[in-house]
Amino acid sequence: MSERQSVLRLDHVTMQFGGVVAVDDLSMEVGEGEIVALIGPNGAGKTTAFNAITGVYEPTNGQVSFLGAPVVRNHPQGKMKKQYKGSDAALYANEPVLRPTPDKLTALGMARTFQNIRLWKTQTVFDNVLIAKHMLKTSSFLSATLHANRAEEADQRAEVAALLEIARALATKPKLLMLDEPAAGMNPQETAELTAFIGRIRTEFGMTILLIEHHMDLVMDISDRIYVIDFGKLIAHGTPEVIQNDPRVIDAYLGVEEDA
Amino acid sequence: MGLWNTVLPYLLSGISVGGQYALIAVGYTMVYGILRLINFAHGDVFMVAGLMMVYFAAAMPLYAAIPLMIALTVLLGFTIERVAYKPLRTAPRMSVMISAIGVSYLLQNLALYITGGLNKNYPEIPWISDKITVFGATTTRVTVITPFLTVALVFALVFLINHTKIGMAMRAVSKDFETAELMGIRINSVISVTFVIGTFLAAVGSLLFFSNYPGIVPTSGAMPGLKAFVAAVFGGIGSIPGAVVGAFIIGISESIIKGLDTILITQGLIAEQVDFSTFSDAVTFVLLIVILVFKPTGLFGEKTTDKV
Amino acid sequence: MIDRKAQTRKNLISLAAVLVFLALVLVLDQTIKPTSKAYMLLTVLQKGSVYALAAVSMNLLNGFTGLFSLGHAGFMLIGAYTYAIFTIPSDARDTVYQYFDAAVRVSFPETLGGALGGFGTALGVLLAVLLAGAVAALFAYLIGLPVLRLKSDYLAIATLGFAEIIRAIFQWKKLGPITNGSNLLKNFARCSTFKLKLGETTVSLSTFVPVLIATLCIALIVLLVNSTYGRAFQAIRDDEVAAEAMGINLARHKMLSFCTSCFFAGVSGATMAMVLSIAQANNFKSAMTYEILLMVVLGGIGSISGSVIGALLFISASEWWLRGLDSGTFLGITAPTVFRNGFRLVVFSVIIMVVVLFFRKGIMGDRELPEALRKKTKRGEVSGNE
Repeated sequence: MSERQSVLRLDHVTMQFGGVVAVDDLSMEVGEGEIVALIGPNGAGKTTAFNAITGVYEPTNGQVSFLGAPVVRNHPQGKMKKQYKGSDAALYANEPVLRPTPDKLTALGMARTFQNIRLWKTQTVFDNVLIAKHMLKTSSFLSATLHANRAEEADQRAEVAALLEIARALATKPKLLMLDEPAAGMNPQETAELTAFIGRIRTEFGMTILLIEHHMDLVMDISDRIYVIDFGKLIAHGTPEVIQNDPRVIDAYLGVEEDA
Repeated sequence: MGLWNTVLPYLLSGISVGGQYALIAVGYTMVYGILRLINFAHGDVFMVAGLMMVYFAAAMPLYAAIPLMIALTVLLGFTIERVAYKPLRTAPRMSVMISAIGVSYLLQNLALYITGGLNKNYPEIPWISDKITVFGATTTRVTVITPFLTVALVFALVFLINHTKIGMAMRAVSKDFETAELMGIRINSVISVTFVIGTFLAAVGSLLFFSNYPGIVPTSGAMPGLKAFVAAVFGGIGSIPGAVVGAFIIGISESIIKGLDTILITQGLIAEQVDFSTFSDAVTFVLLIVILVFKPTGLFGEKTTDKV
Repeated sequence: MIDRKAQTRKNLISLAAVLVFLALVLVLDQTIKPTSKAYMLLTVLQKGSVYALAAVSMNLLNGFTGLFSLGHAGFMLIGAYTYAIFTIPSDARDTVYQYFDAAVRVSFPETLGGALGGFGTALGVLLAVLLAGAVAALFAYLIGLPVLRLKSDYLAIATLGFAEIIRAIFQWKKLGPITNGSNLLKNFARCSTFKLKLGETTVSLSTFVPVLIATLCIALIVLLVNSTYGRAFQAIRDDEVAAEAMGINLARHKMLSFCTSCFFAGVSGATMAMVLSIAQANNFKSAMTYEILLMVVLGGIGSISGSVIGALLFISASEWWLRGLDSGTFLGITAPTVFRNGFRLVVFSVIIMVVVLFFRKGIMGDRELPEALRKKTKRGEVSGNE
């Protein structure tokens, strides 16, 4: 992966809620054009990691870099830099603590879907995609208001809301597409179609994709590399073949056998 | 005249008004704690309690009028909840709030119809309306009694909430509505009890509040109601001690602002009236916005996080 | 898919309907005399247009952006005062500000009318109305900076509080030279004096002007709601988290919606001053905001035509149709002991409660009038769980 250009990079990202450490010192990297999966048992902290990457949460510690530049960063020391003197002050002097909101990260080229699908329910299929393009529009408030020639509602129903969420995310013209359990609730047939669809997004748009998924068929089928986390910690990393045979992954998913 | 002597009457009346607001504020904070609803009609229930007292006192002796007024006010609070809020239990929060505004509108218009919009004189209640002198300031006895009565009632309420079965149910419902329901708590009776307690305190509050004022008009409840709600937000909504502290702070600030011109002039700090008293209502909202901006959950409120 | 031609045709039909309505109002304005019984219709149209605009602008915020704000009366107050202050003729100024030394001594209609004649007077009124909106929007911006971060009911109570603070400020004696303290403002350019002289004939515009202002503003709001910004507002209402994740800057869009809504509230306040011929801070209490909110609910939250219908029904019912309930005889029944002063409002508030409790979607729900007339089936909503 070192020869690929890095699209997303996490350095020691920790996400703490009170006493609960949901993501613990997670470091990972996604290179250009790769499909990388983030897997782990329920409650392992996958979605929390997504939220920390996309700016929904402010990480307790660590740094997220996007397209080679740090976009989210939090060092506890950085917050106290005014009180720091000497070498520590110099270390953080030029590095303000960033708190980018999700919309700014989306503007940089990150787009995501949600595990609990969050479409705008009163809006039509067409409008859902159209609103996602709102960010890219350059006309002013007044001229947009006076621009009367616009489309009427598309009278069609979403058969698969997950696909619509992906379409909506793609409408923001992202450089990194983050999918949070796109196959949730799908049957094997639909999952196979989704797998093919994600593959096409990669080949046709050259899209870099980070994926959270429970359907192992899908994950093993299309991922170039896989990160496995459990209790917020990274426990394994590698190609699908390596992961499938990793005893720690098997333990995490199946539980440690009593007599093992 | 010394600063103390000038400020004292305003401070006393502030503490008294604060105590009256506290009695209303507790009703707001309890309802909000359980239903997440700003019960806009609460201030109007308070006004109706005052009006009932006016009519009952004219028809019967006070020892009958006061209990009857309290009982009917409680019944009114109970009925409002059953008729206007209960059917909307699953509706969006905005609908319930609108229903509350509708009830407030209805109560005000009813009062307008019955009174003909005329100012009704509140009956003089012997003993508590008597004039007395405290630290050299002349005031009515009710002014002095109010804070003590308020604190006593609130202590009783806190005891009820912390040490009885129904209190435990109330705490459970305000923590997590759905889970409490699943655990077999009868939500509707808990909510009714909450309204009964809230309106009882408002009825007592109206007795104390209107004794100090010349009369009642249909809109008399709106401003005290809003201020009491602000007091509840100020103290951290859902917290009873918070509501009481907030109410005293707001009552005192309001009273001091009313007298600020006089205080500053007697102290020789300003030469002529600046007319601060115009802002006696507004200061409440200034306090509200300041607290919401700097500590959105109020003085004693708990922090909540949204799950994504 | 999108049928451009059909869309253009529909737009033209709507436009024609609006023009016919405006022409009808103009005709009624000439034919109904103030002494006639039917004059009530004009009163309802005047007040109705003021409240329709207020309700639509509130709906933009509460219904389309999901920001529950209760500060409308305050922004209408700002609009009414701004309009009044800048249209009082110089010779009437000292009579109006009898206790103060008036600080603002410019009257737009007078100054421009002096320079450009009749056209200038109209331009001056227009300018004052726009300024009224702009000042309200400016206040909204300043207020929005701290309060728009608040959630649902906290936002409601904070905006309600701001409206009360504004009311106190405008009544403050120290600002008397500008606002006339707690005294009312009068003698400014008002509807009853709006006329157009065409040679010999005089055309009365007293109802036409407020209706025209409201129609133009509501048309602008319709365009806004259908624009990409309007869609973004609705996305924020439906799901804030998803909206932000799709690149919509929440703070900026909420502020845009708030300021736009308040701009039109200000214009509506100016129109109200124009219609009522007076402006007094004490009339803009929170009860006014509640009434506007009830109009929005009556018409259906999320429907602009619903708000217009709601406002017109509200005004017609309370000012006109239910009048009999106050004066002894209603629907032929005479019962002076029951039908006395105030009964109208009691009946009216009961109707409102029935709507709130049993017809929660209001008259229109979230549909618009043309849509409802075509009797189209409910539009396809996308599925998806919470």
